[in-house]
Amino acid sequence: MAIKVVQRRPLSLAERTYLPQILAGLKVTWDNLRRPPVTLQYPDERPTIPQGYRGVPTLVRDPHGREKCVSCQLCEFVCPPKAIRITPGEISETAENTHVEKAPKEFEINMLRCIYCGLCQEVCPEEAIWLQNQYSMTGRTREEMVNNKAKLYELGGTLPDSHYKWDKKKAEAEKQKHAHH
Amino acid sequence: MVTDNKPSLVTINVDGVEHQVAAGANLVDALAKIGKEVPHYCYHPKLPVAGNCRMCLVELGSPLRDRATNEVILENGKPKIGWQPKPAIACATNVSPGLHVRLESPTVKSCREGVTEMLLLNHPLDCPICDQAGECKLQEFSAEYGRGYSRYLDEKNAKPKKTKLGPRVTLDDERCILCSRCVRFCNDIAKDPVLGFVNRGSYNTLTCFPGRELNNNYSLNTVDICPVGALTSTDFRFKMRVWFLKKTPSICTESSTGVNTTVWSREGKIYRITPRQNDAVNDTWMPDSGRELYKIVEEDNRLTGAILKGTRTSLESALNVADAILHQGGLAIVGSGHLSVEEQFFLAQLAKKTGAKTYMPAHRGQNDGLLISEDRTPNFRGALVTGLTDRNADHDLKTLASDIEAGRVRSLLICREDVTRLGLSAAILAKVRTVVISTHADATTSAAEVVIPGLTVFERSGNFINCQFRLQSFAQAIPGPTGVLPDVMVLARLAKSETTAVWKTLAEQNPALASVAQGLIPSEGIALDGSAWSHLSFCESKLLKFAPQPKA
Repeated sequence: MAIKVVQRRPLSLAERTYLPQILAGLKVTWDNLRRPPVTLQYPDERPTIPQGYRGVPTLVRDPHGREKCVSCQLCEFVCPPKAIRITPGEISETAENTHVEKAPKEFEINMLRCIYCGLCQEVCPEEAIWLQNQYSMTGRTREEMVNNKAKLYELGGTLPDSHYKWDKKKAEAEKQKHAHH
Repeated sequence: MVTDNKPSLVTINVDGVEHQVAAGANLVDALAKIGKEVPHYCYHPKLPVAGNCRMCLVELGSPLRDRATNEVILENGKPKIGWQPKPAIACATNVSPGLHVRLESPTVKSCREGVTEMLLLNHPLDCPICDQAGECKLQEFSAEYGRGYSRYLDEKNAKPKKTKLGPRVTLDDERCILCSRCVRFCNDIAKDPVLGFVNRGSYNTLTCFPGRELNNNYSLNTVDICPVGALTSTDFRFKMRVWFLKKTPSICTESSTGVNTTVWSREGKIYRITPRQNDAVNDTWMPDSGRELYKIVEEDNRLTGAILKGTRTSLESALNVADAILHQGGLAIVGSGHLSVEEQFFLAQLAKKTGAKTYMPAHRGQNDGLLISEDRTPNFRGALVTGLTDRNADHDLKTLASDIEAGRVRSLLICREDVTRLGLSAAILAKVRTVVISTHADATTSAAEVVIPGLTVFERSGNFINCQFRLQSFAQAIPGPTGVLPDVMVLARLAKSETTAVWKTLAEQNPALASVAQGLIPSEGIALDGSAWSHLSFCESKLLKFAPQPKA
């Protein structure tokens, strides 16, 4: 490899005193001092969360209180860091939502693994898993950082439903109960 | 007339390309062999053709012939093809010389799209909760030929969702596409005609005949062949999605039939067992009883560590004591048809070195005429091939008991057998020093001095030789309990042999096993020559693919 010698120009007097650079820097500082603050006094002050923010993944119920997850395990399949672990279960015959047949027996999201990518929300066919506004997860042990089913529903709460797919299905089955065969 | 065993080939033309296929073969099968998929639901290669799903519609044609001269009519130097005016179902067509097939024409495509749309009219959007998702033909073909939305304005039909057809099969009628595979299976294979369709039109429903239920021992095969999620296994229902499960080829240990199986597991837990196609043994079927055998893995009385005189000890010290017992003299060995060929080989080596007499306890049951034979051990023939025994299985161990009473036998090695059920009471066992290798605790293990834990068929790999003298491999599906050595290593150590010696030595005795020595065992197994043992009276009578040799 050929070596090229770079010619260095000698510094001028102004450059050698360093004063113009210091003054330019002081101007930037002065300009910023006069601007309104952009930081927040966290945790006393909290930021407003923008639309479509991807916070901690949660499980939600529909406005009638029905748990929406049917444990299809697509989120578990799609999750890139394998943070989700579902144990599927059958809904008992006596439950009000027995017509849905399937619900998670246990649902765990390991927040030490979660990368907040939102693929679980995107893949969910039942719109049951949502990355909502919660962004701060802390814990003293690894176990604390694994959100179980109860915690996920507590974090998720209720979200509006535009389909009521299962309610419609139940109503239709009721209607056709005595249909001509 | 075909005189040789090779099927004669005919030339057919598929989308303008000529292919050689077996003469007289079913068109769907013939096209599958040359890598062309004809979508179908109701057709199954092992069942009679029903032709009711209409998914396999293709365009057929053949070269036109002059009626007067019977000469092929040429057009631009090529035979002129007379295409049938309407599409025909491929599953009811057998290949004939010169048959022309269009699989990719606009007509064929619109036929498939039409059938798919019709099947989806009343199909529930159940995929998230349907166990068939991931292995569902309707799901696959809907992705290929469906339109992605429904033009149907009416309400979908509501049908029963949880009908118990029998103790092991649950039916979801809404998902049923009325292909009748299950009906044909019950009629023609299981010979237990209990299923049928009732009502008409959109209300057409699969059901059991009044007062009957689908409770034969082959009922779960209907679940396997159901192209959609209508018939579901009550045991596997809602347990795990199939795409998480790892498939391991295995052999059913229920009887000497040697049914080929696939074990489906995830993270060391087995979820289900399904049949694996082997046209020489079990076609595509297996009994329900064999599918439940995976439950032995997690049974409460499973042995997970070595036991010395009733207390847990390390495997190493147990093996040292066992070694001393086995080589003290006066040894007798109780082998088992549940051991693999490799394990039996080392047991035979041990017997040879110590001069021990060997016993092979018999386990007998009813032959069901299909896939369960009288011999309820998977590998009695292996004991013959490896030289562990040279006579028929022992129905009891009275000779051994009298040998012990007379003091001729002073130590005993028992493999996977509860000898207390075979005439060796705990009182007799107390008179000898006993080493037991077993997977589960029983009366024999509690009477033994040394107990070495074993692995189930799902936790180890090896080979079995079935009643047809067919050598078949099973692979390890899940890891065994921590610290448990594979039986073959335990036995090799006790026999003071090299674990690698097995196939080389066996291949010297039996040239048919040379390919096994090289690690080449085809998935359908290797048929061995059993004529050397034709003087023995084997207990098996006729099965689906087995007929006993006539006595010479």
